[in-house]
Amino acid sequence: MERLKRVFSKKNRALLVELVRTDFKLRYQDSVLGYLWSLLKPLFLFGILFVVFDVILKISKGIPYYPVYLLLGVMLWNFFGEATRQGMSSIVSRGDLLRKVKLPKYIVVFSATISALINLILNLIIVIIFIIIIGSEVKPLAVVLIPVLFVELYLFSLAISFYLSAVNVKYRDVSHIWDVVLQAGFYATPIIYPLQVVADYHPGVAKILLLNPVAQVIQDARYLLTTDQSLTMGHVFGSGMYYLVPIIIVISSLIIFGRFFKKKSKYFTEDL
Amino acid sequence: MSTKKNNVAININHVSKSFRLPHERYSGLKQRALNHKRGKGFETQEVLNDISFDIQKGEFFGIVGRNGSGKSTLLKLMAGIYSPERGGITVNGTLVPFIELGVGFNPELTGRENIYLSGSLLGFSRKDMEAKYDAIVEFAELERFMDQKLKNYSSGMQVRLAFSIAIRAEGDILLLDEVLAVGDSAFQQKCLNYFNQLKREKKTVILVSHGMASVERFCDRALLLEQGKIVKMGSSVEIAELYESLFLDDANKKSSQNTKSSKQNSNAKIALDAYITLDDKKVTAVAANKRFTINLELVSKVNLDSANIGINIRDDLERVVFSTDTRMKVGEIALRNGEKKKIKITIDNYYTNGNYTVDAHVVNEGSTDDKVLIRCKGITEFQVKGIIMHAHSLFHPDYKTEVESL
Repeated sequence: MERLKRVFSKKNRALLVELVRTDFKLRYQDSVLGYLWSLLKPLFLFGILFVVFDVILKISKGIPYYPVYLLLGVMLWNFFGEATRQGMSSIVSRGDLLRKVKLPKYIVVFSATISALINLILNLIIVIIFIIIIGSEVKPLAVVLIPVLFVELYLFSLAISFYLSAVNVKYRDVSHIWDVVLQAGFYATPIIYPLQVVADYHPGVAKILLLNPVAQVIQDARYLLTTDQSLTMGHVFGSGMYYLVPIIIVISSLIIFGRFFKKKSKYFTEDL
Repeated sequence: MSTKKNNVAININHVSKSFRLPHERYSGLKQRALNHKRGKGFETQEVLNDISFDIQKGEFFGIVGRNGSGKSTLLKLMAGIYSPERGGITVNGTLVPFIELGVGFNPELTGRENIYLSGSLLGFSRKDMEAKYDAIVEFAELERFMDQKLKNYSSGMQVRLAFSIAIRAEGDILLLDEVLAVGDSAFQQKCLNYFNQLKREKKTVILVSHGMASVERFCDRALLLEQGKIVKMGSSVEIAELYESLFLDDANKKSSQNTKSSKQNSNAKIALDAYITLDDKKVTAVAANKRFTINLELVSKVNLDSANIGINIRDDLERVVFSTDTRMKVGEIALRNGEKKKIKITIDNYYTNGNYTVDAHVVNEGSTDDKVLIRCKGITEFQVKGIIMHAHSLFHPDYKTEVESL
């Protein structure tokens, strides 16, 4: 607890705010639409996927409110990709700074991932607009549980960012490797296709896919905001107990990767 | 004991640091795999070796040493940028570093935004920085440019802003690395004045510099590093002389045969000549306890506002037995191009029998990286004889011995 208090001391909070502010200011500088781009990009991706998989391939058959369903998946996955990619490069790209002032290194990773988190929250506005237009079945519990799911997804992204950013200092290969992993992950996560399709094919595969915290978060968010037909842990395993698996994955990765980061961070300034 | 501890700003306790230098910088897995087969792909270089010292609160502390002696590493350890391999460093108070030309600025942000960003990096809140903002801008003399992006600043302006932030942030401890290369001469003068103010206010300042004049002028104590070890710690004058002698020793080794040739360097901006007189007559030997004069004649080929002309007298064993410069007695001297000047230094001959060599140098104090305009080793020599004594003492001042009956 004491340590957590130090991590979020007034000084560190001020630094975090300033770094996030700078990040935002710089990202959309010199572009006409500015911030709108971070809303438009996932929207365009959604449009493309919708045309290909709903209009042409008709993979969505049977899923009510498919646009909201798809949009949620795309935005949550987009957040995961953006947060981990920015988190991964955060230490290397701020190397110039780290060599000149003493900074708590984790703040740099925080700031990179928090920018992505703010994007996600703003993206949620579009989801809400979609929900209102299409009129999906929103559960009252969503008000409480959606923030919990976001926290879970954020912590998972943070854990991965800690690991990747530390490795990236010495081996720049990881950025390429991670791109490939994200590509594969996009298809290994039920984003464009309904998990039901996989479950029909082989229930075991559906179970494994759902143990991925990102998939679990996406399916739960869909369940809360769109339709009962989004398969969650309860449906696939027949017991809510299995929620422990993704939660343990998130917590243990946060601890293990956090420790790894702390150990390596001593030598960042020398290795950069 | 506790009060003594409270007075320590920085405690360095048996600190060692070494770096692993890869033979070939590899930053990919492929090279890593290839290197693995060949065994270790790096060598360890020890940069600092068992360094221990304290810096007191309110002290102006200098760290000097040649390139590669470990100064910057020591500074980065103090700033917490590197972590020590062995030993410990304790810092009491907020430390503001000014290393490698300041905190990381972002060229895409305006001057104003960069001030707040740098402030937060140094550990100051936005509110803190709002209070300091005006003083920073005023010191940097950049009022008109604060809303422009930093990439449109000249490099001099950027450095001025960075330096102003560092010194106006008003932390407890200020860490300055080679700051005297900052800005134009007017700004440098302002910095020097500010140093005086810091000194009066009893701020803790750590100065790393190659400019011995500034070390001597500002620092209370100094430390000489050589190959990662402390050679000596002492008064700044003492350390500055020791540092200069490191270079003199090197120069000696290089030009031991051609000492005369260094006397007149055709490229030099100043021509120097010297001779010894006794009662206005040129001499080569001086009797004991006589008052003799060292005459330095110089012709300047440049305009200088503040030249400082100094001499050293060395004995047979290369020990400096006397050293002075014009600043000590008459101040800095202005020289116009083509102007001839003669400097007369008259001293009592208190030296014992032997051969003595005079070195002379001219330093341009107007330039902050302490441009030595000319340094002539052995510009003239003299002999001391006539002392009837057998003691091997260095000095033989005017004295008397009396015997009294009690």
